[in-house]
Amino acid sequence: MNRRILLAALTVTAIGACSAKTGPDGMNDPYEPMNRKVHAFNRGLDRHVVKPMTSGMSSGEAKDDGPGIGSTLVRGVGNFGANLAEPGKAVNHLLQGKPEPAIKTTFRFLVNTTVGLGGFLDPATSDFALPEQDTDFGQTLAVWGVPEVAYLELPLLGPSTGRDAVGKVVDLVADPMGAVLNRDQRVIGFVARLAGKAGERGEYGDTVDSVLYDSADSYAQTRLIWLQHRRHELGEEGDEIDPYAE
Amino acid sequence: MTLMPNETRRGFLGLMGAGLACAVTPAHALTTDQASALVQKSMDEVYAVINSGQPPAQMYKAFEAIFARYADVDIIARSALGPAARQVSPAQFAAYKQAFQGYIGRKYGKRFREFIGSKIEVQSARPVKSFIAVTTVAYLKGRSPMEMEWHVSDKSGKNLYFNIIIEGINMLASERAEISAMLAQRKGDMAALTADLQQAG
Repeated sequence: MNRRILLAALTVTAIGACSAKTGPDGMNDPYEPMNRKVHAFNRGLDRHVVKPMTSGMSSGEAKDDGPGIGSTLVRGVGNFGANLAEPGKAVNHLLQGKPEPAIKTTFRFLVNTTVGLGGFLDPATSDFALPEQDTDFGQTLAVWGVPEVAYLELPLLGPSTGRDAVGKVVDLVADPMGAVLNRDQRVIGFVARLAGKAGERGEYGDTVDSVLYDSADSYAQTRLIWLQHRRHELGEEGDEIDPYAE
Repeated sequence: MTLMPNETRRGFLGLMGAGLACAVTPAHALTTDQASALVQKSMDEVYAVINSGQPPAQMYKAFEAIFARYADVDIIARSALGPAARQVSPAQFAAYKQAFQGYIGRKYGKRFREFIGSKIEVQSARPVKSFIAVTTVAYLKGRSPMEMEWHVSDKSGKNLYFNIIIEGINMLASERAEISAMLAQRKGDMAALTADLQQAG
């Protein structure tokens, strides 16, 4: 375990050492040619596999019979997967020096694991005013002052940055649940989380479609929208645009 | 030197100063309350259209009209076009701006279903640089609340908004990337870009 963390720390240092040049539009994308190839692959995967599988889960569609049994089931499975990630989030909150969300996340995990029938339901949000407070090791690195580094589009996982990619690896190998669950249970948890992501693809389908299939340059739009949203989450937004001053 | 007595001259200057102040004051008088009211009013109109139940195509026209009334379409269209805006003729720009306005009405209007049964509340407003940033929160069904920030300015001579930031995503920056990509696809041909915009969104 300790060796894994050391390895991750070394990777952080190595990536942090890369030069971080930001373009005029606030984008730092030295690997653009490779990223574009990955984007084409991800887009093809979405068009032929993910989108057909998740269509019909969109809550934006006007439907008479409300959400179907399918989407309720997917939501439950997604909840289950997300619940297993809560202890890791609590640790990240602590590492960021935020005890309050760490405690609330811990209570949320306990409530949903017990009252929420192993995490399939989410009474913590609906009855206990303990909504999900999302975080990850990428955010922890940001709090620690590690720079964003280059933009990356990862196969299957989608948009990321050097910092967030390292964060994902650390979240995976240093997950506190890893010490509690056996290998099969970890695989089940992973598949459940994947199902949850598929559910989100259905829920936000219109937005994803508009960016991926209606843009003149879907790579550039994805990069811009993802980076701006991520920076907003991390409190790293750039300067406001004042078109009157230009 | 003695054409005008000192007193009169001072009075004359004072009058000019007052006139100037009248002309200039509105440009500095945009308050946080006015900016918030503008955003509230435009959103009320948007919701009236959403709840009217008319066919989508008519809705998009109505959204376009609201956008033209409350937003500074000129500066948004100009900013989205980027450096190319300095090289186009006024007639070319006018045609492009008209097409851009329709494109925005359709592109953002298409999302109206997500707003059915929702509400938007103005939370706060604060001065930023030369403008006012108004923060609203949209409560959409079955989703976590969505934060939107509206940038309102009176630099055009009227109180209008020129940018919307949704959960950190900057509409002006996004349209800049999109329009420049569309223009690049047409190798800088403004007429072709305008024709594409009439279909896009």
